[in-house]
Amino acid sequence: MTFRTSAADIARRVNSGSVGAREVTDAVLAHVDAVDGSIGAYLTVLHDLAREQADRVDRRVKNGETLPLAGVPVAVKDNMCLTGTRTTCGSKILENWIAPYTGTAVQRIIDAGGIPIGKTNLDEFAMGSSCENSALGTTRNPYDDMRVPGGSSGGSAAAAAAYEAAIGLGSDTGGSIREPAAFCNLVGFKPTYGRISRYGLIAFASSLDQIGPLTRTVEDAALAYDVMAGKDPMDSTSIDREVEPAAGALRDDLKGVRIGIVKEFVTEKLGPEIHALYQKAYADLEALGAELVDVSLPTADYGLATYYLIAPAECSSNLARFDGVRYGLRVEGTDVGQMYENTRASGFGDEVKRRILIGTYALSSGYYDAYYVKAQKARTLIGDDFKRAFAGCDLIASPAASSPAFQFDSKSDPYSMYMMDYYTIPMSLAGLPALSVPCGYVKPDDGDRPMPMGLQLAAPLFEEVRLLGAAHAYERATQHARAGAKVGA
Amino acid sequence: MSSDKIDIRYVAKLARLALTDAEVESFGKQLGDLLQHVEALGALDTAAVPATAQVVESRNVERADDVGPCLDRETVLAQAPQRQGSFFRVPRIIAEES
Repeated sequence: MTFRTSAADIARRVNSGSVGAREVTDAVLAHVDAVDGSIGAYLTVLHDLAREQADRVDRRVKNGETLPLAGVPVAVKDNMCLTGTRTTCGSKILENWIAPYTGTAVQRIIDAGGIPIGKTNLDEFAMGSSCENSALGTTRNPYDDMRVPGGSSGGSAAAAAAYEAAIGLGSDTGGSIREPAAFCNLVGFKPTYGRISRYGLIAFASSLDQIGPLTRTVEDAALAYDVMAGKDPMDSTSIDREVEPAAGALRDDLKGVRIGIVKEFVTEKLGPEIHALYQKAYADLEALGAELVDVSLPTADYGLATYYLIAPAECSSNLARFDGVRYGLRVEGTDVGQMYENTRASGFGDEVKRRILIGTYALSSGYYDAYYVKAQKARTLIGDDFKRAFAGCDLIASPAASSPAFQFDSKSDPYSMYMMDYYTIPMSLAGLPALSVPCGYVKPDDGDRPMPMGLQLAAPLFEEVRLLGAAHAYERATQHARAGAKVGA
Repeated sequence: MSSDKIDIRYVAKLARLALTDAEVESFGKQLGDLLQHVEALGALDTAAVPATAQVVESRNVERADDVGPCLDRETVLAQAPQRQGSFFRVPRIIAEES
């Protein structure tokens, strides 16, 4: 079936006229209707909108246009606005909110011929690493339905892994694209902070949030990035800098590339099997011609503590807008203050409440300097670590997550969940482009079925082309994802 | 900083969040635990370190103050929990004089 192939291949076939976008879309929708009851990737499936857009793409192709994403099925994380569709953030407070406009990243995907198949599940307001914090549904890992898909972009990850879309759109604040990509055997790519407009992305932590793709191949990640990246007048934080196309610059070897291995990221701590997996991955990079060099990120160990002050602080400010006045849920009270308090108490789940409370505390009078300002200074040190490291290397390689996908309800302590993002948070704090690419399988501690793992590669600011190029060489040589691609068959 | 030092009810009031007694208990403990983890930052010498304001160099830009396209009033008000004419309706803000 056409839809099980890559986004690049679908676009080639639709552009050549050998298959219609409508035909691909109908097949994907039928597949979603058949399998998504057990996977739960989507909160809303957009049957009508997808077919209308497919017919529009077929007309444009017939009129001689070549579209980079012609007929490519796309899963949109449900914190991204798309006109006329329910946009929930996985929260009861927005359960019935209909977006009145379309965000720039989604619009660029649609203009490029992509087909929005539906809106995907996420941890509420993108706060979590398993999708278990969604108030609106459960998403299962397509590789093992007893396990989480990762998060917060878990629905988009599950959709891409189970062929319910070729591109999943995600957002990454501390690892929310890279960790679910690792758990679901995908490429998950977070570009440089500011590369892709966030207009229409419902804000969580504005100094960190970044949109990116989750795909089954590096080439597809590059295609999606090329379409979405670039300055947008609607997002003043988007970068005004030329975007060098990545899809045409993918490499087949790593000759002349110096790859830093972080001496503080001791993989022995992750157990012998995971340690061996990453040693093999680093050796594979070397076999492709890369020179491995030791680098040091002495402050990276403070990343988690830094992140769990900055992100909640920004979240407490951003989520102040959900007050029952202009949109979303309202729960009445005797006066307006009670109405605010009751609305937010009923509308938000536990993790969102925890982060609002910790953020409010960190910003409150008497604690602001001790917590928030201290964290922003630690953030400077973490960024400086990377600058020093990149003086001696071109890319940095590390694990993407510290374990494979875990079972539902196995992380009851919030901090043990936060630890999942240990390796991804430092790059987020420094604004760096980073991705996870499949690097093999390990048996989880609590099961026999091997589960996928991800290799994280990170690059200096704006070096997306270098990053994707190297990831492609690794993917092409190792083909780890292909070995496990058996889901949704 | 231990959990008994956080006045969780006061923080919740600042955050406009009604909490049950059970939530005061559970969140209080969890936030206390988290604060113990973030206390680790105290080990970093940041006396001479500037706070990060932005990770990507950017500069101020100006543009003409022209009206651009925006959502029309009906579209915006259509999702109001309560409206009155062209306004959002909210519960009483100023108490009646007793």
